[in-house]
Amino acid sequence: MRNSGPFALWRWERLFGEWQAFGEGFLRTVEVAILALALALILGIIFGLFATSQFKILKAISRIYVEFFQNTPLVIQVFFMYNGLAIAGLRLSVFLIGILGVGIYHGAYVSEVIRAGIGSIPFGQTEAAKAQGFSYTQTMRYVILPQTIKIVLPPLTNQAVNLIKNTSVLAMISGFDLMYMADSWASYSLDYGPSYIVAGALYFILCFPLATWARNYEEKLKSNELYRNQIETVEEALIEQ
Amino acid sequence: MSLILHVFTPENLKFLLKGFGLTLLLSISIIIVSIIIGAILAFLRNYGAKTVKKIAGAYIEIFRNTPLLLWVLAVCFMLPFGNVVFRGGLALTLYTSSVLAEIIRGGLNSIDFGQFEAAASQGFTFIQTLRYIVLPQTFTRIIPSLLSQVITTIKDTAFLQVVAIPEFTRSGFVVMGRYTKTSEVFLIFTFIAIGYFLICFALSSFVRNYQKKINYSI
Repeated sequence: MRNSGPFALWRWERLFGEWQAFGEGFLRTVEVAILALALALILGIIFGLFATSQFKILKAISRIYVEFFQNTPLVIQVFFMYNGLAIAGLRLSVFLIGILGVGIYHGAYVSEVIRAGIGSIPFGQTEAAKAQGFSYTQTMRYVILPQTIKIVLPPLTNQAVNLIKNTSVLAMISGFDLMYMADSWASYSLDYGPSYIVAGALYFILCFPLATWARNYEEKLKSNELYRNQIETVEEALIEQ
Repeated sequence: MSLILHVFTPENLKFLLKGFGLTLLLSISIIIVSIIIGAILAFLRNYGAKTVKKIAGAYIEIFRNTPLLLWVLAVCFMLPFGNVVFRGGLALTLYTSSVLAEIIRGGLNSIDFGQFEAAASQGFTFIQTLRYIVLPQTFTRIIPSLLSQVITTIKDTAFLQVVAIPEFTRSGFVVMGRYTKTSEVFLIFTFIAIGYFLICFALSSFVRNYQKKINYSI
């Protein structure tokens, strides 16, 4: 009579015999996360710059994008792409839905970080640059953005962590990501315990180093008075909008 | 108009509103319990004995660095007691409390250490210092981030649809299953999105104004 506990040794052995499935899922999660992060950064920079421009219409567009995607659940957005668009005749692959869904959702958060980062640079610098004959692009490129990057790195990294965790939404639409693979194996073999623990450990390996780095880097920046003030401005602006 | 009447029959509407009610009820209970557990974890990680600190830290880091969906599935399939709503709520609470713990800890850490020394010199015990000096300041400072997390938690309850808890998202999908036309399905998607948007937007507007107000007062 073998041990039938949820964490019995033979369950682990059986799972590691299936390590390839978990490996594939892990790779899929990493791929989706990297591409979605790239999309989120592109969208975030574009809409973040819109939010800080002088044109009311661009500001309004950025506002609508951010408010809509920040105030509705990712699950709904992803299911809209998966079910809604399919009914309307547009069938996207689950891989693409993962990138678009997670990327657009987090793009809204990145946009807020960029807006707050640019806003933390005193406006006098923009005026000074203008007085020296810098164009808008030059001011951004040579004066504002280089100072912004350091400040926004910690909140952006935290967004990356949330993005990686949120790619698990793909499991709901059979996206063949890590969460989906773990869940399928769990319901097929009934080895729930080992499956979820292995999946959790793999997500942890991705997220923990990033989260720890972000925290330490922010601590380091905060030990410098100038940066501390800017970080506080960013933190407030992220909420104040 | 006929489309709206066709989709939002009294029966469907009642079902959707029931789901909306469950989403609100779940969100409120999860947030209240998570604030309490989060505060305890924050205290333990900041002021506990060495091993206690480590245990609280491990809890926080494990839950913050793994997906919510993993906990929803694990708790719902593996917990030997409670109904599915309880299990789903518990999974979200475990996850949310780790995030709130770090927010509360951030607030505690922002209080200058000199205030502890000043309080000690006035004969305050450690508990008294926390109760009368540190906590009131912490709380005002973290309200904006706390409310932002409340918004996230409300959105996160949508993940519970995966285990067939009849909250707002799930009930929307159930109603959707009865219709086949694009316009009908889109209408239901719009309805669910507006439902979440109204609460979350109201909360985020409140946070904005609150933050502006405290900025003025400083």
